[in-house]
Amino acid sequence: MIYEVFRQERKGQAFAHAGSVEAPNEEFAEAYAREQYGRRGESTALWVVPRQAVHEIDDFADELQKNYHRVDGYPLKEKLGRARELAAKSPGGLSAGAG
Amino acid sequence: MTDQVQKIVEIADDELVLGWRNSEWTGIAPLLEEDVAFSSIAQNEIGHARALYELAARELGTTADELAFDRQPDEYRCSRLVQLRLVPDWARTIARHCIYERADQARIEALKRSDDAELAGLAAKIDREEAYHRMHAEMWFDRLEDEQRFKAALEELEPLFDVRDEHIPEFAELWEEMTMVRRSVAGATW
Repeated sequence: MIYEVFRQERKGQAFAHAGSVEAPNEEFAEAYAREQYGRRGESTALWVVPRQAVHEIDDFADELQKNYHRVDGYPLKEKLGRARELAAKSPGGLSAGAG
Repeated sequence: MTDQVQKIVEIADDELVLGWRNSEWTGIAPLLEEDVAFSSIAQNEIGHARALYELAARELGTTADELAFDRQPDEYRCSRLVQLRLVPDWARTIARHCIYERADQARIEALKRSDDAELAGLAAKIDREEAYHRMHAEMWFDRLEDEQRFKAALEELEPLFDVRDEHIPEFAELWEEMTMVRRSVAGATW
């Protein structure tokens, strides 16, 4: 059985995939994960998950290249810049703040 | 040598020799993950030996290196159980591991209750690592307990833990290997 191991480097941080271990059962998997990914103080916590429990999704339909679905479809930085310029030019207008 | 120092050296000898024996599996354990786990246990045992030798060495006015490597083979107090070279028999190796960890737990518990605060503190530290070894041993015990080979190995090895006055030829060979550096480079340290 293959178990996928995720590790958390510091408390509060997101768990990231660390690697996998081969083990006959959950108990062995936990011991091996501890040994491979936790023994040197490199993790505050581990998640040990049987590989079958992980559902992989890799079919993302984007037939028409609708790039407006993506955040980079909107050049927000430029828009913001223009808005700030306008605001600065119009006395008494909206203040865009100092950011 | 007081009884207490003698006991410490005895445990240190067990841990040193068992650490050495377990490390003979490094690179050839039945599974890559187990290779890492078992090697790490071997490394811990040698670390325990070192700490115990250091404590005993202060009492005896010597050094850990001298205790570990400058004695003659028949001066070692290690158990007959740990002297055996068990590679490549995994069933017997795990049987020894289970027998040893159980027996070791009892004596480490006793050391934790010692009046000597330093010794009790060291025993507590060692015990925290041994807890992991015990978990590992129990896990294998559960997996193999119905196997005939494993049962036979337990029966064969169980009585050997308390035998301390015998040195088998396999131990002399290990001693040669273990002390080679000290014997060829005078003053080499751990």
